[in-house]
Amino acid sequence: MKKSILSALVAFGLAFGGSAAIANEGKSHVKDYAFSFEGPFGKFDQAQLQRGLQVYTEVCSACHGLRLVAFRTLGDEGGPSYSEDEVKAYAKTWDIYNAEADEDLPGKPSDKFPAGGDPNAPDLSLMAKARAGFHGPYKLLVNQLFKGLGGPEYIASLLNGYTGHEKEQAGTVLYGNRTFPGGYISMPPPLEDGQVEFADGSKNDVEHMAQDVAAFLMWAAEPKMMARKKAGFTAFIFLAILGSLLYLTNKKLWAPIKRKNA
Amino acid sequence: MSGIPHDHYEPKSNIEKWLDERLPIVGLIYGTIMIPTPKNLNWMWIWGIVLAFCLVLQIITGVILAMHYTPHVDMAFDSVEHIMRDVNGGWAIRYVHANGAALFFAAVYLHIFRGLYYGSYKAPREITWIIGMIIYLCMMGTAFMGYVLPWGQMSFWGATVITGLFGAIPGIGDAIQTWLLGGPAVDNATLNRFFSLHYLLPFVIAALVVVHIWAFHTTGNGNPSGVEVRRGSKEEVKKDTVPFWPYYVIKDLLALVVILIIFTAFVGFMPNFLGDPDNYKMANPLQTPPHIVPEWYFLPFYAILRAFTADVMVVQLAGFVTGGIIDAKFFGVLAMFGAIAVMAVVPWLDTSSVRSGKYRPMFKWFYWILVLDFIFLMWLGAMPAEKPYSTWSLYAAFYWFGYFLVILPLLGVMEKPLTPPETIEADFDSHYPPKDADASAPAE
Repeated sequence: MKKSILSALVAFGLAFGGSAAIANEGKSHVKDYAFSFEGPFGKFDQAQLQRGLQVYTEVCSACHGLRLVAFRTLGDEGGPSYSEDEVKAYAKTWDIYNAEADEDLPGKPSDKFPAGGDPNAPDLSLMAKARAGFHGPYKLLVNQLFKGLGGPEYIASLLNGYTGHEKEQAGTVLYGNRTFPGGYISMPPPLEDGQVEFADGSKNDVEHMAQDVAAFLMWAAEPKMMARKKAGFTAFIFLAILGSLLYLTNKKLWAPIKRKNA
Repeated sequence: MSGIPHDHYEPKSNIEKWLDERLPIVGLIYGTIMIPTPKNLNWMWIWGIVLAFCLVLQIITGVILAMHYTPHVDMAFDSVEHIMRDVNGGWAIRYVHANGAALFFAAVYLHIFRGLYYGSYKAPREITWIIGMIIYLCMMGTAFMGYVLPWGQMSFWGATVITGLFGAIPGIGDAIQTWLLGGPAVDNATLNRFFSLHYLLPFVIAALVVVHIWAFHTTGNGNPSGVEVRRGSKEEVKKDTVPFWPYYVIKDLLALVVILIIFTAFVGFMPNFLGDPDNYKMANPLQTPPHIVPEWYFLPFYAILRAFTADVMVVQLAGFVTGGIIDAKFFGVLAMFGAIAVMAVVPWLDTSSVRSGKYRPMFKWFYWILVLDFIFLMWLGAMPAEKPYSTWSLYAAFYWFGYFLVILPLLGVMEKPLTPPETIEADFDSHYPPKDADASAPAE
């Protein structure tokens, strides 16, 4: 019976804890895209991250910043994994403000992406963790474990969610969007089919580009995800072995007390 | 340290005697580790060790985090991301610390509800219970202030709402709130003092934990039968108990490892499950999030806080009687702290002569409704402050108070309890019957 307190309290506690976020706008439409990095064993698709970076560079960065992400991390294991030379060459394509020289200089790997040019465009460094696609009361623990919070799904859905409707409000044009809370967003549809040419010839319709950039932003928000899952798995194996040994030790230790055969 | 007769440490070599005459520390450790512990403890008696582990885990990870964190409104948020991205293993330390707080509270709630079921609070363990409640309050303060440190949206607005509660105190409320915040609103001064206190309070908790353990080592552990260890002689004690080392150390370690496996699943595979996505946005005093929701472990009391709105009759009555001094907001604050206060004084509210809920047929029902009530309140705390949730919160809050203030005092008089076993040995033997051959052999 005590076990039922345990399971009930833990399960319900954690479950309802997760539902703390449910109160968020609720009605928005988020499609459950299948990303390669979902689940305990999911991994980032290196090629997809590279494509996503290209979409960010050519499209998103016109307005949005990525101020917490350093260029050097583009070469890190478990990320887009560019070579050192590629990272250097990429960083150079950016003009970064240098306080000592008081002017913009070509970027170095140690620099971070600049903040966005448009003050109304939110920084994207943590966007994939700052939005939750899955937080309904009935999508609880298991859903989270296998699909994550749904941030990348939210981003990809938003980019695909334009309805084509427009309305003007207080002098600004708002664009109809199925995913954005409230149904209208001030960001004009950023992507169109064929906008970005991928070197590997991957599909470049809105549907695919949106997923690529969403995956890249998940990496940008959680660059250590691969290391984290690996550590989690290692810890699990270690604890499972230690737990088994302790179980046998405990059983043998208590056997004489409980008058059982060890 | 213990009031239960047991073998004490005898210094043998000259150096041991030399040390023991000057500082009897070995004896103290020996007495603590070897304390006779009832041999019928079940798996609900493991949470103390889990909690001790959590405290140590939080202090170690917290000290490391503090080496890399900057308590300044312009830098706090970015310094947390610096920990997540640039510090070696920083992401692991921070996720363990953040989820460690959740494990700490999950364990403390199970520990408290264990105590409520088995009557652990009853004489002679009232002091242990009260110290425990003070620890719980300190934990809530520590967790609340820790949640403010990353300086995300929910940090900032949570701090604004919760410190606003003190502003509801009639007359002096505004002054107290300003004093707590270090200014008219949540700002740099608030962040700095919260960081300072978040670092201090865990050590206060550690000291209280020592007193907590000291207290129940004096009275002896409770146990599921609610019957005390016989203290007539060491032989009698041995029939009822086993030494803490190795029997319970190994058992508790086993339980701890099982719990850590679940913990690992959170940290490794869904570290943000219990967090709020809004906290990955930097604090913005000009933009209120649509729903300000506290962390899950505060939700039951948050629901009670919000339950007492101005249209509730008891609130109107309180306002009428006090000439308007107690308004709805202040009433809510009183109810929230009162909900914890009634739990703290439960040793004097429970009138039953039988300690363990196992032998109280009526009590069991009300107890399990209380557990459901707690879970229900937790769910309600996450819901928007509107009907029907506010009405349900009110009923759930009434049950919470009713359980402690009405049901427990009355049950002791009305209920006819079953007869608990004579001794712990008898309780144990009913689970693990002696074989004929060694029926009379001592349990060792």
